[in-house]
Amino acid sequence: MPHKVSLFVPCFVDQLLPAVAVDTVKVLRRIGYAVEFPEDQTCCGQPAFNTGYWNEARPCAEHFVRVFKHAEFVVCPSGSCATMVRNFYADLLIGSSLRDDAKAVASRTFELSEFLVKVAGVTQVGATFPHAVTYHASCHGLRELHLRNEPLQLLRQVAGLKLVEMARSEECCGFGGTFAMKFADISAAMGISKAESVAATEAEFVTAIDPSCLMHLQGIMGKRQDRARTIHLASILAHDGSTQVRL
Amino acid sequence: MTASAAQRFLQDAAVKSADLVHREIIRLGMDSYDAAHLKGRARIKDWEAARQKCQEIKREAINHLDRYLLQFEEKVIARGGHVFWASNGDEACEYVKNLATRRGVRTVVKSKSMVTEEIHLGPVLEKVGIKVWETDFGEYIVQLRDEPPYHIVTPAMHLNRGQIAELFREKLDPGIVSDDPADLMAAARRKLRQAFFTAEMGISGANFLVADPGVVAISTNEGNGRLCTSIPRIHVVVTGIEKVIPRLEDLAVLWPVLATSGTGQGITTYSTLIGGPRRAGEVDGPEEFHVVLVDNGRSQLLADAEQREVLHCIRCGACLNICPVFRHVGGHTYGTTYPGPIGSVLTPHLGGIKEFKHLSYASSLCGACTSVCPVKIDLHHHLLQNRRNATEAGATKSSERMMFRAWRSAMLQPWVYALGGWSMRKVLRVIYGMGLAGTFLDPMRVWNRHRTPVPLPSESFRARWRKSLGTN
Repeated sequence: MPHKVSLFVPCFVDQLLPAVAVDTVKVLRRIGYAVEFPEDQTCCGQPAFNTGYWNEARPCAEHFVRVFKHAEFVVCPSGSCATMVRNFYADLLIGSSLRDDAKAVASRTFELSEFLVKVAGVTQVGATFPHAVTYHASCHGLRELHLRNEPLQLLRQVAGLKLVEMARSEECCGFGGTFAMKFADISAAMGISKAESVAATEAEFVTAIDPSCLMHLQGIMGKRQDRARTIHLASILAHDGSTQVRL
Repeated sequence: MTASAAQRFLQDAAVKSADLVHREIIRLGMDSYDAAHLKGRARIKDWEAARQKCQEIKREAINHLDRYLLQFEEKVIARGGHVFWASNGDEACEYVKNLATRRGVRTVVKSKSMVTEEIHLGPVLEKVGIKVWETDFGEYIVQLRDEPPYHIVTPAMHLNRGQIAELFREKLDPGIVSDDPADLMAAARRKLRQAFFTAEMGISGANFLVADPGVVAISTNEGNGRLCTSIPRIHVVVTGIEKVIPRLEDLAVLWPVLATSGTGQGITTYSTLIGGPRRAGEVDGPEEFHVVLVDNGRSQLLADAEQREVLHCIRCGACLNICPVFRHVGGHTYGTTYPGPIGSVLTPHLGGIKEFKHLSYASSLCGACTSVCPVKIDLHHHLLQNRRNATEAGATKSSERMMFRAWRSAMLQPWVYALGGWSMRKVLRVIYGMGLAGTFLDPMRVWNRHRTPVPLPSESFRARWRKSLGTN
């Protein structure tokens, strides 16, 4: 019996970027995991939590804990959403009868690159991606989950991939959830700085472990009519060379 | 009606973040800071251990503030100094003003002090006809421009040398032609030397108050701190109560860590310890020595167990330097004495959550600040707590409250969530199909002002899973 992974698909990935989750499934199956998708999952509660609405976020977190309570591993293609469960549920659920369950679920919840490298012990996932790629270190993965090397370890094993480093790769892209709407001008200025760093590398793609950063950056880069495109790490890893990447 | 602090912030942020000249100046400054900071950190054998030690020292001090402050006071008084406890800014300003007028002070020289900015001491003294000279070069520049400091360590970092030369030509000497930093420094020095020897009172801040020996520790890079504290007849130290540390040996770690985080230096050029007025047989030093200990909201923060550690701050400026928001909007946009992450955490405590909550929201929560803080303040998580406090105090918009309540109901019903997502995509596709992206009919118009629209796939992941993916 292969180990089973329960997929935690962030709400905006489910609704707007389904390919990221599809590619996550492909990668996990390719390295030998059985994948399930608990269909009762909705949102982890982060938008409300980060905006200060802890009373609104709490029942969402409790719902999440109930849905994933019996999962062996919970894997999420987003450092930010994985952080919410892993680092913040314990604080949010002080006083909740589900707090102990939440802590247990948190200890079994992983961001995708973290799961591949640290839990599955795999860096070679059999991917081929013959393109120049630059890596943006998404903040929550980097500073909350301390994933500095894991995504790079995976990228270095991708056949044909040329990794180019951008300036200030660890500076925030400016997304920041509701920040992107509440302080749209600051968010965009930060995004433009990031897009300039990407453009200076002349890479064809910018990748990251957080689809939210990439969705924001794609919008900024699209407006600037940049040549480079965004691609999630899972989508690079899912590529086995059998199809051409649409440019 | 005057604009609220939040409205002003939004307007100034829009202007500054689009100002490419400003961004270049700040980027150049920050790039050289980054390089120096990294080099400085590499000089310390175990940076993480040093941070840990600094955190422990400050925690010890803040948790026993009452004891250490009294110890400090006792030693200062024993050496003939005076200590005044000011519960707020007004009391502190009154004390200094009354002292100055009683002693017939007409000129004051100031060394750099953020607390005096916080309590607006300069204008209070000037109102009674006292001439106040800022003697830190950067502070002197912003004083000439009639501006508050842009940054807590480097007050004039928003100006390039051309702009400073222009300012000096206008305010000091029309004959200044060079914009060479050495020439500009010399021009300022000619003015400031006169001030040092005219002033009857010198005012300084304190980097640390060392409890055990009862001394004030001051670091400067220009030597102006020593001139301010030794030449005039009266020296007044104005400082926050959180600056106290237990022992002299604590400086062995705090001083180099402060210098490293502030500018990347191993140690600040002039490190001075002052314990009281001139004693018999000493050749220099003031005749009178006063320390004004300012509370101004700090005790209230001390009572907040969750955020008490904000009082650990040693005002190094590292969190401002690394902050991508600061780098784009600049120091003045915050409209507060303390800008950047530490200011966004602290200001709602000092100035009220209702008026200053927006600062806690003006962050992408990237956590860069927390990663560099030399005393390990959990800055970005305190921003989250401030947001929660604002919401619980009912300080957020009712429309937002309603929206999150509706959102919660949807998230607790998977079918409502799925239907909501499906209809949102449908509606947006219709709007964008009609070419109405960005118009008032577009619910995503704020997003679309600076970005191309988000992708709107015909199927969600869950729909694809149910159809085929799940059975593979």
